[in-house]
Amino acid sequence: MLQIENVYKTFNPGTINEKKALRGINLTLNPGDFVTVIGGNGAGKSTLLNMITGVYSVDSGKIIIDGVDVTKMPDYKRAKYFGRVFQDPMMGTAADMQIEENLALALRRGKKPTLRPGITAKERIRFKELLSMLDLGLEDRLTSKVGLLSGGQRQAITLLMATLENPKLLMLDEHTAALDPQTAAKVLSITDKLVTSGNITTLMITHNMRDAIHYGNRLIMMNNGEIVFDVSGEEKKSLTVDGLIKKFSETSKGMLSDRTLLSD
Amino acid sequence: MIEFIQSLPSPIAQGMIWGLMAIGVYITYKILDFADLTVDGSLGTGGAVLVVLTTQFNVNIYLALVAAFAAGCLAGFVTGILHTKFGIPAILSGILTQLALYSINLGIMSGRANTTISWRNYKLIVSSKTDELFFTILKLIVIVGAIIAVLYWFFGTEIGRSIRATGCNQNMSRANGINTDTTKIIGLVISNGIVAVSGGLLSQFSGSADVNMGRGAIVIGLAAVIIGEVVFGKLFNNFVLRLMSVVFGGIIYYIVIALVLKLGLNSNNLKLFSAAFVAVFLAIPYWKTKMAVKQPASKDKKTVSQKEVKGNAAN
Ligand SMILES: Nc1ncnc2c1ncn2[C@@H]1O[C@H](COP(=O)(O)OP(=O)(O)O)[C@@H](O)[C@H]1O
Ligand SMILES: [Mg+2]
Repeated sequence: MLQIENVYKTFNPGTINEKKALRGINLTLNPGDFVTVIGGNGAGKSTLLNMITGVYSVDSGKIIIDGVDVTKMPDYKRAKYFGRVFQDPMMGTAADMQIEENLALALRRGKKPTLRPGITAKERIRFKELLSMLDLGLEDRLTSKVGLLSGGQRQAITLLMATLENPKLLMLDEHTAALDPQTAAKVLSITDKLVTSGNITTLMITHNMRDAIHYGNRLIMMNNGEIVFDVSGEEKKSLTVDGLIKKFSETSKGMLSDRTLLSD
Repeated sequence: MIEFIQSLPSPIAQGMIWGLMAIGVYITYKILDFADLTVDGSLGTGGAVLVVLTTQFNVNIYLALVAAFAAGCLAGFVTGILHTKFGIPAILSGILTQLALYSINLGIMSGRANTTISWRNYKLIVSSKTDELFFTILKLIVIVGAIIAVLYWFFGTEIGRSIRATGCNQNMSRANGINTDTTKIIGLVISNGIVAVSGGLLSQFSGSADVNMGRGAIVIGLAAVIIGEVVFGKLFNNFVLRLMSVVFGGIIYYIVIALVLKLGLNSNNLKLFSAAFVAVFLAIPYWKTKMAVKQPASKDKKTVSQKEVKGNAAN
């Protein structure tokens, strides 16, 4: 489904701010994989996602989606492969547009826009059904501006947008980090529902170790631009938070002072 | 007073023409979130193209207006390319095109700074001749109404929606497969096309195309947008009404101008008056948020940090 071959990325090369954000990443995702990604602040998790989705170009290496080499494809063209949810609830939706308009835009992801109507009556019915599944009372607010919604509601809408047409890959970058615990738990369970029901290949960055262990069938840990730990199947199921912390301190060679990551 | 009311049709017609121009500004400034200064040039381009085609090439005046539209579209296209393909900041892209258009507008008028078109010799669409003012206003209602109707349809299509999304959230737009370079260019093209139509109408109304007719146009356009928002903002919340409120904004602006001139403002100071007016109204929302932050700030901050603390504890 997704192959990342030897990807390197350095920000501001040759300057005092030089930062090697990715150092030779190799990763292959199989169809249906639900991978959680953990790692300290600045480990390169977001950069990895931005590389895959084409927000930044890679310095070297290859990114292949479903057999297609997309390394040089601009982000908006690559968008047809992805659903994306960002950490900032403001980022994934257009605040001045209605809920249904946002959903209609997402429904057309990867299709060239035409002069046909931006939304149809049939689509509205479908949106209403999908929104009622979220159980947030949004099904009666199709024409409300998204900007009027709470962060959690916006994130739920973004999730719905991201998974509308069962994308090949779902990219979640700490998408519950900005929400209060109850909302975060709710959004996470919606995530799990959508991912498993659609069998969507997913990469989910999280700073919460328990979530990283609880969700998905595979877990990778990043440190300093590298993947330092990659477990799946039974081995992943048997992981514990303590075990992960230990693993992290081993690989990061005593850099555990970076407590932000392991804030559990 | 009665005399003033009797003189109103002229500022109303003028305000409608500038209101149309302000619809162009609305598309870039409000929908696309792009402060486009091309308009100061493309207004004159529209005027020059219309007057020259009509007076020197005997082109039908409606066709000449369509040509003016096309010329304005081209100007917007250049700004769009400068911004998206040359990577030049929005404001500077507009300024560059605007500057280039000064020479081009002169060129269109064969090097003359002013080319006249008179209702005495041509059948104009709009004119300031007193006994035709009523029909001028009627025709303007039809033209502006038709343009608003087309825009309403257009911004409801897939392409129109992508342009709105681009102005609202570029990040989200690209993540949803929208080529934001293309949408910005389309928005600029349409906007400047409309501005040039306004220029074509304005040259008829004022009796000539002038190389300086667009100077400060962006400020008048913004004034109309802002007045429309302040006066009708709460009432008018669908797209058609918003565009109409922009046109009303233009009308109100010209009535106010006529009034202050009548009250004795030296017309040399008009541009100063307009600039000050727009500056103050642009500042009001900023001042409002600043005041809102100052007073209950401590309270707001507390709730946020409490949330954060809670969030961390639960992790
Ligand atoms: N656009 C950028 N320009 C410069 N440096 C960046 C940029 N994006 C990320 N970085 C740097 O790259 C490193 C990895 O960042 P990031 O991928 O955001 O980490 P994570 O998401 O794991 O916390 C950090 O040191 C960060 O400062
Ligand atoms: Mg990050």
